[in-house]
Amino acid sequence: MAGISIEGVRKSFGGAAILHDISLDLAQGEFLSLVGPSGCGKTTLLRIIAGLEQADAGRVSIGGQDVTRLRPADRDVAMVFQNYALYPHLTVAQNMAVPLAMRRLSVLGRLPLLRHLSPGQAAARRGIMDDVRQAADMLAIGHLLDRRPGQLSGGQRQRVALGRAVVRHPAAFLMDEPLSNLDAELRARTRKEIVQLHRRAGVTTVYVTHDQVEAMTMSDRVALMQAGRILQIGKPRTMYDDPASLAVAQFLGSPRINTLPGTVDEGRVVVEGLRLPVHPAAADGTGVTVGLRPETLRLTPAGPLFAAVEHLESLGADSLLHTRCGATPLVARVPAAAADGLRPGEAVRFEADWPAALLFTAEGARLAHARAMAHV
Amino acid sequence: MSEAARLPAALEPRLQSRLPWRLHPEAMAGLLLAGPAVLALTLLLLLPTAALLVLSLTDMELGGPPLRWIGLANYAELLGDPGFRIALRNTLVYVAAVLPLSVALGLGLALLIEGGTRGRAFFRAVFFLPVVSLLVSMATAWEYLLHPTIGPLNRALAAFGIAPVNWLGSSDWVLTSLCMIGVWENLGYVVVLFLAGLTAIPPELRAAAETDGARRGWDRFWLVTWPMLGPTTLFVVTITAIRCLRVFDTVATLTQGGPNKASEVLLHEMYLEGFTYFRIGYSAAITVVFLVVVLGLVLLQTRVLERRVHYQ
Ligand SMILES: Nc1ncnc2c1ncn2[C@@H]1O[C@H](COP(=O)(O)OP(=O)(O)OP(=O)(O)O)[C@@H](O)[C@H]1O
Ligand SMILES: [Mg+2]
Repeated sequence: MAGISIEGVRKSFGGAAILHDISLDLAQGEFLSLVGPSGCGKTTLLRIIAGLEQADAGRVSIGGQDVTRLRPADRDVAMVFQNYALYPHLTVAQNMAVPLAMRRLSVLGRLPLLRHLSPGQAAARRGIMDDVRQAADMLAIGHLLDRRPGQLSGGQRQRVALGRAVVRHPAAFLMDEPLSNLDAELRARTRKEIVQLHRRAGVTTVYVTHDQVEAMTMSDRVALMQAGRILQIGKPRTMYDDPASLAVAQFLGSPRINTLPGTVDEGRVVVEGLRLPVHPAAADGTGVTVGLRPETLRLTPAGPLFAAVEHLESLGADSLLHTRCGATPLVARVPAAAADGLRPGEAVRFEADWPAALLFTAEGARLAHARAMAHV
Repeated sequence: MSEAARLPAALEPRLQSRLPWRLHPEAMAGLLLAGPAVLALTLLLLLPTAALLVLSLTDMELGGPPLRWIGLANYAELLGDPGFRIALRNTLVYVAAVLPLSVALGLGLALLIEGGTRGRAFFRAVFFLPVVSLLVSMATAWEYLLHPTIGPLNRALAAFGIAPVNWLGSSDWVLTSLCMIGVWENLGYVVVLFLAGLTAIPPELRAAAETDGARRGWDRFWLVTWPMLGPTTLFVVTITAIRCLRVFDTVATLTQGGPNKASEVLLHEMYLEGFTYFRIGYSAAITVVFLVVVLGLVLLQTRVLERRVHYQ
C-alpha cells in the first residue's frame, strides 16, 4: 500500500495537448475523485498512472518509487475499466484468478495442458482459488463463479471487475467511471459498497467520475479537471462551499449555481437594477458576478430579488422554481408547499443567505466579501 | 346455439388462423417477398445439385450410347479406381499441409503487421496481391521460378552447393512444390481476415491484460488475442480448407496431374473424366464425393465449433 504522486505530467496526442502540467499527491489510503467534463483528460491521466500510456513529460511515483518508466504489469496497480473489460471467454472465477495466476504461476503452470508437468503449481493453484473465493464472497458474487461474463447483468459484471481488482491486494486502485452503466438504485448501492471496500482495505484509490454525487459522497478529496488542467483539489465540502473559481462553483452542485452579473456601486452589487446586500472587496464600477446556490434562496414577500416565475419542477419534498430576474435566469430550490399554486408569469421576491453568496470577478476568479456580515 | 357461437371471443381468431386458406395478409406478403429468392435458390443451386446426384447414378457419356440407370456402380468403381484413390490422397495431403501452414503463417504475419507502427496498408496490399491476381498468369511466373535449369530457386540453391531439384517434374517433389504455391496463394487471404479480426478486439482487453500482469506478448496472446480471434480462426480454417480442397488451377496449368499422377487431385481428376474422356456420370460421382467432404466441413463449423468460440 502506498501513496501516489504525480509531478508535472504532460501529454499530447498528435499535436493536440491533452494534459498540461498535472501535479497531484495522494496520501496512502486516500480516496480521490477525479471529476470534470467529458473529454477533459481524466481517462488519459488514469492511464498514465496505470502505465498504459506514456507521459510526454513529468514523473509518476507510487509508494515513493518512481514508476514512470515501468510497464503496467510492474506497477502493482489494479484498474477497473469503464466497460469492465472482462475476458469474455473465461468464467467469473477464471477472470478473477488472472492477476494472481500471472504473478504466482510459472509460464508452464498457466498453460492448460502442461500445468500437470510443472511441480509445485498445484498448491499455488489451490491458493489462488481460495483467494478468489474469498474476494467473491466479500462482493457477494460467490454463486456466479462458474458463469461467463456474457451471462451476467451489468451490476454483476461490475462486481466481477471490482473483484478482479481487489483479489490481488494492489498498491492502488484506479477506477474509470465504474458505475456509469448502472441504474440509479444499483449505483447508489454499489457506491456504498465501494466506500466500504475502501475503508476495509485502505488502498489508495483514484476514482474517475462524471457524477458529482459520487464525487461528493465517496471521496476524501475531489480534484476538478477542466481542459487538461486541475482547477482545484480539496475536501468535497470545501470545494462546494468555498470554490476557487466560478468554473468550480458551476461544475459542482445540481442544479447549477445561479450566476448574476452585476456591477459594484457604493460598495454594493447592483444586478438588473436591484441593489443587493452583498459587499464585494472590489472598487466601485467594476463588474462582478454573484453566485447564489439554488438552496440558499427563500421565497419572501419582502426579499430584495424580484423575479417572474417561468415554470415549476417538482422533486417531491422540494420544488425547483425556475424564474427570471430581468434577463438573468434564477433557479430556487424551495419546499414544495412554498411553491404550491405559483403560476407562470407570476411575480415573486426572493431573500437569500447573503453571507453564503459567492463572489467572482468578471474573469471568474474568486472575490472576497468586504465585510463578514452584511445587513439589508 | 351452434358450437362456435359458445366459444369465448378470444379463441375465435386462433381458430380462424388454423384454416389454411385464410392466410394472414402479413404471411402472404412474406411468402411473396421470399418468392424470388426461393426461386433463384431452387433454379441455381438445388436443381443443379439434384441433377448432379441423378447423373452420378447413370452411365452418361457424351456422344456415347444412350443413358442407362446403373445405381451405385459409379461409386463402386470409384472405390476400386487407383487414379481416384491417388487423387483423393493427394488432395488430403495438400489440405493437411497447406491449411495449417497458411493459417499459422498468416496469423503470425497479421500479428506482426498489426503490432507494427507503420506500413499496415502497404503490407496488407502486398500480401493480398496473390488473391486478386489471376492464378493462371501467376502460374507462368511460378513455372519460371521453379524451372529445373534456368529457375532462380535452383540457382540460389546452387550457390549453397545444393544439387538442383526438378520441382515440378519429379514425382517426389511435385506435391511439395504445389503445396508451397498453395501457401503463397492462401496467405494473403488469411492475413487480411486475421487483420480484420485483430482490429475487432477491444483495446481495453489488452490494457486489462497488461495491468493484470501479462508482461510478455506471449501471455497477452494466450490470454486475449487467441481466444478473441476464435470466430475469425474458425472462419479462416473453414474457408481455407475449402479453398485447398478446390485446388485445381495450379495443377491444370503447371503439372496436369503428372508426372505419373503424382500431383493428381480430386477436381482435376473430375475434370479429366468429365471433359477429356466425357464420362459425365462418373465425373458427377466424383463431384458428389467432393461436395460431401465440403458439406461435412461446413457442418462441423456450424454445429460443433461455433458453439465453442462465441462466448455468450
Ligand atoms: N489515443 C488517443 N489518440 C488521440 N486522442 C486521444 C486519445 N485518447 C484520448 N484522446 C483525446 O484526449 C482527450 C481526453 O480524452 P479522455 O479519454 O482522457 O477524456 P475523459 O476526461 O476521460 O472523457 P470522458 O469523461 O468522456 O471519458 C479527448 O479530446 C480525446 O479525444
Ligand atoms: Mg473517460
